[in-house]
Amino acid sequence: MFMIFGIPGPLLFGQLLLGLINGAFYAMLSLGLAIIFGMLNIINFAHGALFMMGAFVSWMLLNYLGIGYFPALILAPLIVGVFGIVLEKTIISRLYKLDHLYGLLLTFGMALVIEGLFRNAYGSSGMPYQIPPVLQGATNLGFMYMPNYRGWVVLAALVVCLSTWAIIEKTSLGATLRAATENAPMVQAFGVDVPRLITLTYAGGVALAAFAGVLAAPIYSVNPNMGSNFINTVFAVVVIGGMGSIMGSIITGFGLGVIEGLTKVFYPQASATVVFVVMVIVLLVRPRGLFGRTA
Amino acid sequence: MTLTRRSALASVAAAATLPLVRPARAQKPIIKIGVLNDQSGPYTNTGGITSVICAKQALADFGVAAKGLDVEVISADHQNKPDLAVSIARQWFDRDGVDMLLDVPTSSVALALQSVVREKNKVYLNVGAASSALTGSQCSPNFIHWVYDTYMLSKSTGGAMVKAGGDSWYFLTADYAFGKQLQSDTTKLVKAAGGKVLGSAPYPFPGTTDFSSFLVQAQASGAKVLGLCNAGGDTVNSIKQAHEFGLNSTMKIAALLMFITDVHALGLDTAGGLVLTESFYWDMNDHTRAFTRRVLPKTPNNYPNMIHAGCYSATLHYLKTVAAMGAAEAKKDGVATINHMKAMPVEDDCFGKTRIREDGCHMVPAYLFEVKTPQESKGPWDYYKLKVTTPPDEAWPPMAEEHCSFIKT
Amino acid sequence: MAASSRSPLVFGFSRAQLIAFAVMLALIVASPFVLYPVFLMQVLCAALFACAFNLMIGYVGLLSFGHAAFFGMGSYIAAWTMKFWHVDASIAIILGGLTGAALGLVMGYLAIRRSGIYFAMITLALAQMVYFFCLEAPFTGGEDGIQQVPRGHLFGFIDLSNDMTMYWVVAAVFIGGFLLIHRIIHSPFGQVLKGIRENEPRATSLGYRTDDYKLIAFVLSCAISGVAGGTKALVFGIATLTDVHYSTSGEVVLTTLLGGLGTVFGPAMGAVVVTSMENYLAQFGAWVTVTQGAIFMICVLAFRRGIIGELAAKLKLAL
Repeated sequence: MFMIFGIPGPLLFGQLLLGLINGAFYAMLSLGLAIIFGMLNIINFAHGALFMMGAFVSWMLLNYLGIGYFPALILAPLIVGVFGIVLEKTIISRLYKLDHLYGLLLTFGMALVIEGLFRNAYGSSGMPYQIPPVLQGATNLGFMYMPNYRGWVVLAALVVCLSTWAIIEKTSLGATLRAATENAPMVQAFGVDVPRLITLTYAGGVALAAFAGVLAAPIYSVNPNMGSNFINTVFAVVVIGGMGSIMGSIITGFGLGVIEGLTKVFYPQASATVVFVVMVIVLLVRPRGLFGRTA
Repeated sequence: MTLTRRSALASVAAAATLPLVRPARAQKPIIKIGVLNDQSGPYTNTGGITSVICAKQALADFGVAAKGLDVEVISADHQNKPDLAVSIARQWFDRDGVDMLLDVPTSSVALALQSVVREKNKVYLNVGAASSALTGSQCSPNFIHWVYDTYMLSKSTGGAMVKAGGDSWYFLTADYAFGKQLQSDTTKLVKAAGGKVLGSAPYPFPGTTDFSSFLVQAQASGAKVLGLCNAGGDTVNSIKQAHEFGLNSTMKIAALLMFITDVHALGLDTAGGLVLTESFYWDMNDHTRAFTRRVLPKTPNNYPNMIHAGCYSATLHYLKTVAAMGAAEAKKDGVATINHMKAMPVEDDCFGKTRIREDGCHMVPAYLFEVKTPQESKGPWDYYKLKVTTPPDEAWPPMAEEHCSFIKT
Repeated sequence: MAASSRSPLVFGFSRAQLIAFAVMLALIVASPFVLYPVFLMQVLCAALFACAFNLMIGYVGLLSFGHAAFFGMGSYIAAWTMKFWHVDASIAIILGGLTGAALGLVMGYLAIRRSGIYFAMITLALAQMVYFFCLEAPFTGGEDGIQQVPRGHLFGFIDLSNDMTMYWVVAAVFIGGFLLIHRIIHSPFGQVLKGIRENEPRATSLGYRTDDYKLIAFVLSCAISGVAGGTKALVFGIATLTDVHYSTSGEVVLTTLLGGLGTVFGPAMGAVVVTSMENYLAQFGAWVTVTQGAIFMICVLAFRRGIIGELAAKLKLAL
């Protein structure tokens, strides 16, 4: 067994790989946040709660309707997306003219309500959700046992993140979106229905969170706190990456996952805090984040 | 669910009538029992509202009205925060006239209340918290530990593991009072048996959901046993993930604290074959089944575990003591009530005939159970096979006279 | 401060504010004879904390998401010095305040150049680091906290173990802090702060070193938060991680928002509502979070000015 910095090589590689898996969730969640922030100027604190809803919806689909994992991967984001549309239309749309602060407080309150309701209905010890049979088992990579499911999570996350990026950066829809982010009245003047665009953007960001939630369901048990456990880290990811930067949030998401994994090798107690250390350093050196546009 | 909701509504209504101002003195002393536990966090299902239901069941079974007693049960959610718990408890004692504090899981919270109860001279019957310090370095004459502690868990589950050849351990530990205590109690036991501890991964509590990194480290350590010093949702998650990473084929998993409610959350596919320690199992004998039949209609989705049974048993014994002493006497002096409880033999459906030791340990035996596989299980919640019984004198720690001056008097 | 131009100021108070202040004083004096004193002390500590927080958000215009760090560290230091050094209660509270100030100086130095959401985020991140320090440092007792802290004596001869005696001390601390904040706001220094909030470039071009002004305000706010934390630790005899947790930061935002950002009496009002809500909802489990969340939403959607802010707008007064 060879050693790197006094750590057995296999252990180090194992942790890096695991970090990448966590990073996949950070990336998907922060991507949704970044899109919403870019378009709506809302810091969506409810993102974690919607992620949790994604997991719960897939659990409900299975237990009440007998619909399995793969259909849920499509259906749950759709359902939660529709819920997002309702939220945006009825509540969030009232805040666009106000300071960021209010959007943050409102969505924070929303998260509390959603989580509290699920906790009342389902308790908080968590419901099991089985890994689909095709993805069960593990592959021996030589340096570690890699559960097939986690490999699938990284793959799925990468595909989703990159295609989202491609849609925004390379298609005409994306171009309209970006233009509306820059100057909404102008785009509206060109005959684009901007309010609808905004609603759909919110639904899209939320659907991404729900998709991540479905992916997460078999790994963590489905429980009402799963979102709030993630949300602080994901916020840090968005801030470090540069608010509203799409590629920034993807790269930072995976990157911070890896850094966190490394911390767990050297000083496990600090693993929950290392993200914030990075955040402070980045904000001091590059106030707009690593990939943020300069204001 | 509807039932819990209904009882929640009932308590809303009850609280609405709770006056803000100090209540006028009633002519007949009302005995008040306060159930303080986690009703929204990770330990909701292990205690929570089912604990309250079981305490109320004790009232019904004892027949308080027929015995001329006026007893009331109130409850609150301490959210696993010691400061919140202290403030609720103070309020209960000062303003609401609560005489007995029941359940109180989460060791950090349980320890914080020790001094408050002593200062106010009330009765503190702890069922849900695990730390053995509660009857050791932090012991109190107002306190009884009802069903289990970290010493018992390490002795029973840990001891069985060591006996089965598990002589090298790696711990996955929730980084707070309970996890640390459980790890240190188990470490002592492993070392005394000639085994060794190869390492440990303390993880931030609460808030950790992904244990994979720690599990990979455990695997790399080459230890034979993975000792889980955690509880509730954390235990469920770590076992699930250990399976995912194939740890169950290279290591033995010792879930040092696990309840039947956790087994239910995991499912028998994953939990089957694990060994764990509880001092109560609903399907143990006719008495435990009778008890379970009585409470189940009120909590259909949550079978009673040892904490729930303990809340029942503790309340019942307390009521018997109050009836024997007279309500006015019992209200006046917590230490006297506790001493009376210690002097009286305990008997109920859940634990049979037992006694309470001078230091406040309720001397129940520890049962080592093996979780059934899906093939072995014949019905809902048919989960356990009894393997080993540890008699009470071995299951509970030796008396800590050096800390507890009240034992000698 | 529209009213200030119409009526003469007494100690920086307009006439309406004087009346409100008198009402508040009367309530503080009368309530312990009707209500449970420990609960009232909790309200007063929360109120002082919210007033300190309001100094930043209301008068400097900076939202700190890390105020729990100052409150919590103040509470830890006060508890620790009480328990292990057996200092006088006044010293413990003052040390709590100094701790808050020192920590505020460090954090403020790092954060003060940022504004808006970045200021909020950097304070949150720094506070998370303080939280981690408290979790790991041996002196805090980790998850258990510092328990069984004696209330001790004030000035060597006033025994605080009686709830009523303690109450008068807490009330005095609150009123002192409240008046201090009020004095700060109405000092020339406070006028400069307001100038900065309204138009920072203009203040800069007038020759004010705006960052220094903001930093001083931040440190003052942190010091008072530390005092509030220290007092709370004495009242309950316990200092725990809850006090440094980010949910405490969130709660003080809720308190201030509900009462009215930038109003004089809003934070105290918010503290009354939030603390009683927590007390009376504690028995209903998760409904606490649902209710809190709903209040947040209603506040933001329906009355952004908060209870006192809306009241003041109705009466066309500054409160």
